[in-house]
Amino acid sequence: MDSVEFSRYLTMLTLSVHVIFATLGVGVPIMITIAHWLGLKNQDEHYLLLAKRWARGYVITVAVGVVTGTAIALQLALLWPRFMEFAGQLVALPLFMETFAFFFEAIFLGIYLYTWDRFKNPKRHFYLLAPVVLGSAMSALFITSVNAFMNTPQGFTLVDGQLTNIQPLVAMFNPAMPTKVAHVLTSAYMTTAFVLASIAAYHLLKGNRHEYHRKALALTMKIALIFSIATALVGDLSGKFLAEYQPEKLAAAEWHFETEGEAPLVLYGVLTETNEVKYAIRIPYALSMLVHSNPFGVVTGLNDIPEEYHPPLVVHYFFDIMVTIGIWLTVLSLFYWFALWRGWAVIKTRLFRILLVASGPLAMIAIEAGWWFTEVGRQPWIMRGFMTTAEGATDSPYVWVMFIAFAILYIILMIGTAVVLTRMFKKNPVERELEKLADEQRSVAK
Amino acid sequence: MTIEVIGISVLWLFLFGYVIVASIDFGAGFFNASTIVTKKHHIVNTVIQRYLSPVWEITNVFLVFFFVGMIGFFPQTAYYFGTVLLIPISISIILLALRGSYYAFGTYGTKGHVGYTLMYGVTGVLIPASLTTALIVSQGGFIRETASGRIELNYVALFTSPFAWSIVVLSLVSVLFISASFLAYYSSVAQDKKALKLFKKYTWIWSFPTIVTALGIIVEMRWHNPAHFEGLVSLWWLFALSFICFLLSLWLLKTRNYGWSFIFVVLQFALAFYAYGVSRYPYLLYPHLTIYDSFTNETMAYALITVFILGLMLLIPSLYLVFKLFIMNKPYIQSGK
Ligand code: HDD
Ligand code: HEM
Ligand code: HEM
Repeated sequence: MDSVEFSRYLTMLTLSVHVIFATLGVGVPIMITIAHWLGLKNQDEHYLLLAKRWARGYVITVAVGVVTGTAIALQLALLWPRFMEFAGQLVALPLFMETFAFFFEAIFLGIYLYTWDRFKNPKRHFYLLAPVVLGSAMSALFITSVNAFMNTPQGFTLVDGQLTNIQPLVAMFNPAMPTKVAHVLTSAYMTTAFVLASIAAYHLLKGNRHEYHRKALALTMKIALIFSIATALVGDLSGKFLAEYQPEKLAAAEWHFETEGEAPLVLYGVLTETNEVKYAIRIPYALSMLVHSNPFGVVTGLNDIPEEYHPPLVVHYFFDIMVTIGIWLTVLSLFYWFALWRGWAVIKTRLFRILLVASGPLAMIAIEAGWWFTEVGRQPWIMRGFMTTAEGATDSPYVWVMFIAFAILYIILMIGTAVVLTRMFKKNPVERELEKLADEQRSVAK
Repeated sequence: MTIEVIGISVLWLFLFGYVIVASIDFGAGFFNASTIVTKKHHIVNTVIQRYLSPVWEITNVFLVFFFVGMIGFFPQTAYYFGTVLLIPISISIILLALRGSYYAFGTYGTKGHVGYTLMYGVTGVLIPASLTTALIVSQGGFIRETASGRIELNYVALFTSPFAWSIVVLSLVSVLFISASFLAYYSSVAQDKKALKLFKKYTWIWSFPTIVTALGIIVEMRWHNPAHFEGLVSLWWLFALSFICFLLSLWLLKTRNYGWSFIFVVLQFALAFYAYGVSRYPYLLYPHLTIYDSFTNETMAYALITVFILGLMLLIPSLYLVFKLFIMNKPYIQSGK
């Protein structure tokens, strides 16, 4: 293997690790805000404690998000020097703004964490969350617009290899950006809600009957339902976007070879040597519906696209995994919500709780699958239509050494995070913290 | 002033900011760990913890600002430095990652594990050493062109160069000097007499090595890069001012004006840092890159500067808040509340 391959693998590795923490980084602030707000509004200690405990765990994930983010930002220049030299002239603006957004977020997060009891008016302390939520969402917006740019570059003219007529804002607000940003944000909120729901469900599964966990589960599952539906809706728009601007990616995801109307949606299956699809589930008309909202709409197939621009066909599975998980989690949260409303006891069974515990990891898998789909589906381009991945890569022969070094680093970080988070919450269980709070209030009352 | 010069001045400011805040942080980690060995840990621990907890992420952001801005204003640096520095910068990233995350694990998670503290101390000296490679390489003479037209780092030349090693030594001693001076001040505000006495001693210990290596490097520059040496000499008065600040800071330390003493340490470094920066004008990388031929297009440059100004308008009030709440807040420093 050469340095191009290893650069791709190292980028993939770092981003796959970063996105776990980045997703939580975008999602948790909004969960804290909702819990904190409910706590203040209803004078409910449980919700306040929920906000406090989430925030405490959040500090750890932010820290790992920061260091992996720093790693990927530097690696973009180390592994893709030609690409950054070129793209730097066009998308430096959102990259620069991302740093500001994050800085803003980090400052207020720090203040929020260290000032739980320092304001006379507790509302003031609550307002500190606004810049945290805003900063993290803006971070995601800016960085995703860079990625969108790689898919649909615009805002410049290329004359004899020279860039002219550069418009940074046009480059930033490219056609891929609206759906991409919306999908990334909704899926981050959705995933975070499921991850937090998993934790609550885990405590209930272990036999803990405390109100606190029930409230946590009910709250997070409701939020999860809302954002699952939003994610699926925006996902549908993303599909329509692809059909118009990156038909090869959609066709590869769907193993759709002939350009035709009444196109079925193909799920799973295998591909034979002669590109025949076997053992797949076909949903008639569904692809045409996805693309044109019309069962007869014509969808471009791979045969109409030059062979050298075909993305790897494995993206089909990534797409399927994402969509399956998306639909499953929507159904799960809808059912939970309905059962809660009707007072059905199924949701208290062991089996159902196991399903709930699995929902968080599943949502995270959907995030990873979605990114692998969109990133591998962009191949062979690093900047669609302008620069191929091979042209952008470094030619240093030592990338493989760095790949191994970083792989070890990420293993250490992931294990460290897991150990520290579990220890932190095990050592200081909810019950004990609530008791302590009650004690403090009694002593204040006296 | 041309827009290129404005761009590089902004970046130089970020880099200087990083050098100061990161030095305090790296040095604090080093003292925190080394005092475990010398059994004086209980003296320094509280002061260091109280300062570090709310600010470590802010330190990191200065670094990110610098290199994101660098690629923004001077995209060609991505090609040259990116290609050549794969290994040294990857090592820095790994160390920074271990340091940052294990600091968080140790502080917010499980308290007081000695392993975390030691890791924090060791990375505190290794990171400045590995990051300075970028600066050393930019002085020229360490990049080799291969037959196929590729560029690569000449590791043999780098590791056998006394010039390179002196810069590494300078980075280490200045980290310890800046940090000790700040922590002396911080302990004086916290009215922690024992810690103050210790940090005062450390400041004295590390002050002279800093000046001696700095002078040594200027002399070595004569052989390493004569053109740059000329540049340094023509700015002798700035270096002289820097030296005066150094003497003043020591005098203020002796007369127990710890805050002013630290301010003069910062001034000393600022003067030397800017004099050094001006003296290498217009080179980003001897002799391959100048700020003019690697500059981005004007539209992007103006966009970046606009964002920079708007961003500062947002950040300065927020940083002021942090300053008021934690760093310069007497009740907080004294009791941690
Ligand atoms: C919890 C995660 C999650 C879930 C349940 C879904 N997605 Fe997704 N999807 C993502 C998480 C995600 C993502 C990780 O956020 C991606 C990767 C890049 C991007 O823009 O968003 C993505 C990309 C992505 C793209 C490619 C966009 C592009 O390349 O520009 C399409 C077409 C869809 N999604 C469509 C869907 C549909 C029809 C879903 C139906 C339920 C769906 N997604 C559920
Ligand atoms: C779309 C995927 C991404 C999302 C949603 C995202 C989001 C985030 C978030 C929320 C943080 C704050 C840390 C936290 O809260 O956990 C963060 C940190 C960071 N991210 Fe990402 N990120 C993504 C991809 C990238 C990429 C591709 C880069 C490289 C340019 C990058 C660069 C950074 C940097 C440098 C930091 C550290 C912040 C700093 O110290 O300034 N991120 N990211
Ligand atoms: C955070 C979620 C992300 C994940 C999990 C992810 C995943 C991947 C994967 C799997 C690849 C390898 C594709 C291949 O070579 O087959 C890749 C490549 C790459 N990604 Fe992403 N990506 C993410 C976000 C981003 C963002 C936001 C940017 C832009 C700033 C970005 C920039 C790149 C670059 C420059 C490459 C290398 C060139 C290429 O292979 O086309 N990625 N990423």
